[in-house]
Amino acid sequence: MQMTRRNILTCFGLGMAPGWLARAATGGKKTMVVVFLRGAMDGLNVVAPFGDKAYAGHRPNIRVPAPLDLDGFFGLNPALSIFKPLWDIKNFAIIHATGSPDITRSHFDAQDYMESGTPGRKGTRDGWLNRVLTVDKATSPIRAVALGANLPRALRGPQAAVAVNSISSFKVRDDAQGDFMSMYANSKDSVLKSTSQETFEAVKLIESINKQSYSPAAGSLSYPGSKFGQSMQQIARLIKAGAGMEVAFTDITGWDTHINQTPQLNNLLGDLGVGLAAFHEDMGSRMQDIVVVTMSEFGRTARENGNRGTDHGHANCMFVLGGGVKGGQVHGQWPGLAPEQLYENRDLAITTDFRDVLGELTAKHLGNKDLATVFPGYTPKFRGIL
Amino acid sequence: MLRRTVALLVLPALFAANPVGFQRKLSKGARIEHALNRLTFGATDADRAMISQLGVEKWIDLQLHPQPLPENPALLARLAKLDSLPMTAAQIADKYPPPNVLRQLVRSGNFDQIKDPVMRARLERYAERLKEKKDQNAEPNAAVLTPEEAKAFRQATPEERKALLAKLDPAKRDAVLARLPAGRPEIMNGNDLAMRREMIAAQQPNQVVYHDLTDAKMMRAVQSTHQVEEILADFWFNHFNVFYDKGINRLLTSSYERDAIRPHVLGNFKDLLLATSQHPSMLFYLDNWTSMSAEAAQRGRGKKKAQGLNENYARELLELHTMGVDNGYTQKDVTEVARCFTGWSMTAPKMGGGFVFNARNHDRGEKIVLGHRIAAGGGKEDGLRVIDILMEHPSTARFIARKLAQRFVADEPPPALVERMAKSFTKTKGEIAPMLALLFASPEFWSEGAYKAKMKMPFEMVASALRATNARVDSTVALTQQLATLGQPLYKKVEPTGYYATAEEWTNSAALLARMNFAMALTSNKVPGVKVAIAPSEARAKGLALGGPEFQRH
Repeated sequence: MQMTRRNILTCFGLGMAPGWLARAATGGKKTMVVVFLRGAMDGLNVVAPFGDKAYAGHRPNIRVPAPLDLDGFFGLNPALSIFKPLWDIKNFAIIHATGSPDITRSHFDAQDYMESGTPGRKGTRDGWLNRVLTVDKATSPIRAVALGANLPRALRGPQAAVAVNSISSFKVRDDAQGDFMSMYANSKDSVLKSTSQETFEAVKLIESINKQSYSPAAGSLSYPGSKFGQSMQQIARLIKAGAGMEVAFTDITGWDTHINQTPQLNNLLGDLGVGLAAFHEDMGSRMQDIVVVTMSEFGRTARENGNRGTDHGHANCMFVLGGGVKGGQVHGQWPGLAPEQLYENRDLAITTDFRDVLGELTAKHLGNKDLATVFPGYTPKFRGIL
Repeated sequence: MLRRTVALLVLPALFAANPVGFQRKLSKGARIEHALNRLTFGATDADRAMISQLGVEKWIDLQLHPQPLPENPALLARLAKLDSLPMTAAQIADKYPPPNVLRQLVRSGNFDQIKDPVMRARLERYAERLKEKKDQNAEPNAAVLTPEEAKAFRQATPEERKALLAKLDPAKRDAVLARLPAGRPEIMNGNDLAMRREMIAAQQPNQVVYHDLTDAKMMRAVQSTHQVEEILADFWFNHFNVFYDKGINRLLTSSYERDAIRPHVLGNFKDLLLATSQHPSMLFYLDNWTSMSAEAAQRGRGKKKAQGLNENYARELLELHTMGVDNGYTQKDVTEVARCFTGWSMTAPKMGGGFVFNARNHDRGEKIVLGHRIAAGGGKEDGLRVIDILMEHPSTARFIARKLAQRFVADEPPPALVERMAKSFTKTKGEIAPMLALLFASPEFWSEGAYKAKMKMPFEMVASALRATNARVDSTVALTQQLATLGQPLYKKVEPTGYYATAEEWTNSAALLARMNFAMALTSNKVPGVKVAIAPSEARAKGLALGGPEFQRH
């Protein structure tokens, strides 16, 4: 159910609507959803380069035996077959051989660099997704939302962003809200007073969204019961409420498949695939105003290891979903898997910096052209994804 | 560059000092409250009694030199049960291995070398889990218990369950605890610390180490009689931050806090600097252990880790640990400092995880650091020389003085006070206690401008709420999770900056909401593992007080 301007106004009391509301309710706001695949996804078995002669040889036991042919060279892991219709209607684009130029193979460092948006630089205080938010007083209290208990590194920074575990629990317990509101409103503490105003605005807004019964678009796929599936459903609710959410962040952990990779990867791809496909169906025509992007800290070794798994590598692939996406193609330049083409004779080399993808989405989809602020020290090159 | 811009953005005039306030003397009646606010994790009745009896000055002096003050026996008894606290990295790797160590053992496939049957069973379970990726908690007990035993276990009261567990042989008991379908919350939040640790060990061995660290930190804040010492343990760990979940820091963090931080919190800053610079936890966290001269990198080309100079530690040493950003060093200095520290490395944690100087990786050339010439061939001494240069630099004195004043006086501390403290630092060559004594005797500290000027960090807020309600803390597991929700997961600040002590860091919507909810939950006994003696009829009013604006400041 779409939240109308009127029922948002009702929850604030007519005539007292905050400034952001007018903008949010007039529509036109676009949303970017970022999905971080923590643990380093094995991109070579997710979008398998079966056309590369070296692929099968590197992976005698774990190669994808029958990938779904995308373009005669790359094939999708069948565990993601649910994406094939999205590919066919060109709502789904792949960028292969992407990643961070920093050489680290530490999960911690690589995630940190990707989320700060400054590879090689540890002390960066805020995250790239926070810097995507422009300085603007008239913004929604839920302009930036992370699903989960804590704000991820990518969203931390000076612009207000909220971590929402679930829509139904984002409130003051035990009916104490009214009392707290007046205590804070009457406080002489100007800092706490103004923050609490924002807090209660966000609470009321999310409460009013929660009150409306929600069912995904008729006939659409059900969201998985997993944490990720539920997060995507919450994101869908917030988007449908039309309350001015600009960026949303969620993640899936467990991609670190060193041992016996295939069943684990199948499970993870099942969760990711159904979650995103359900979201796509649920959003329907709204997908024109939405892009979803997936990222992972690095890829995995080109060769399988002795435990039918793969170890920490370098380049990976990213997905971009959305109505405005130049989908149905694998973007980027393929560096090849022959030993001399591999990075350090072990990993897929990087030909597209992850900031090229994120920068293009930021500028073209969200309209924030100030990429020098979002990615300091780097000039993203647009790859024609949008 | 970026950081400079951000720093300017987030230090707005909103929180600017009120110079008039620092000149207005605090009323006599407020002095005790003010001292207790700033020098403890929240006032208790016992503190009030003691400070009234001793007088404010004597009490402060005792807190700065706390050796004669007997430690709380209840706290000592609790800490004694946390057996990972005194362990070395190698001992932790043996007894409480983190996932990567488990994985290596599983890969080697050779469990026969493991003598302890409980540990061997754990490894086998872990190997199983890796293969099947099943949720262990969902697995039935049927695999280890007979149907009758499983039924009896399910239907038992907590006490009976304990008795049933006690009867099992150790490996079987471990297997049951690992799959525990019933009774998990009651053990996680109950008052049987040994059982809780046993259950965590059966499920995720290394989590015991994290449990012990967080339990100790929380209980020390709540119960220690050495309150200033505990505040400073938190302060200096945060100043020299390391991140628990970065790889082998799961083996090293316990020793880092115990050996590099805690012995020096009221001692000399140079000892802190030296101890942290050579501790493997820091060497690993900021990558210095991989740093080598260009020549050494050339020699080792093709080998893993042969990457050359790594500036991470050098940069944070200057920017965060000593001089502060934009206080008189250049990128060239960062590189030169990094060259000085090449070869400062560590042995593998299994081999003891100690500091080692690896001469082969050291850059033997001449360096110029902040105008000081460091002659070629200095070896390990180069790094030590850098520490001396930094100790003598006026920027370090000022930066450390200001950071302490920011914790104990106000977000924008009065510059004159900072200047006097910096002079004390220089004169005493880095003594911490005299600097603080000066601060606590200063008119700026005893001013209206300082009174209730500080926003509590979440850890301070939670600890002070527990102290204010005289809570009985059986388990800190739920409290630790609460702190993550409040925005301050313990030992898990990813960035080397540590947590910021200033108000703007802690005033955002979700965090403020979480504070209100924590207060309501605490006073109505809904925080698992924590009990307060508050009548239900008073719970709400008390919760509003602890979640209200007044209580967020100290």
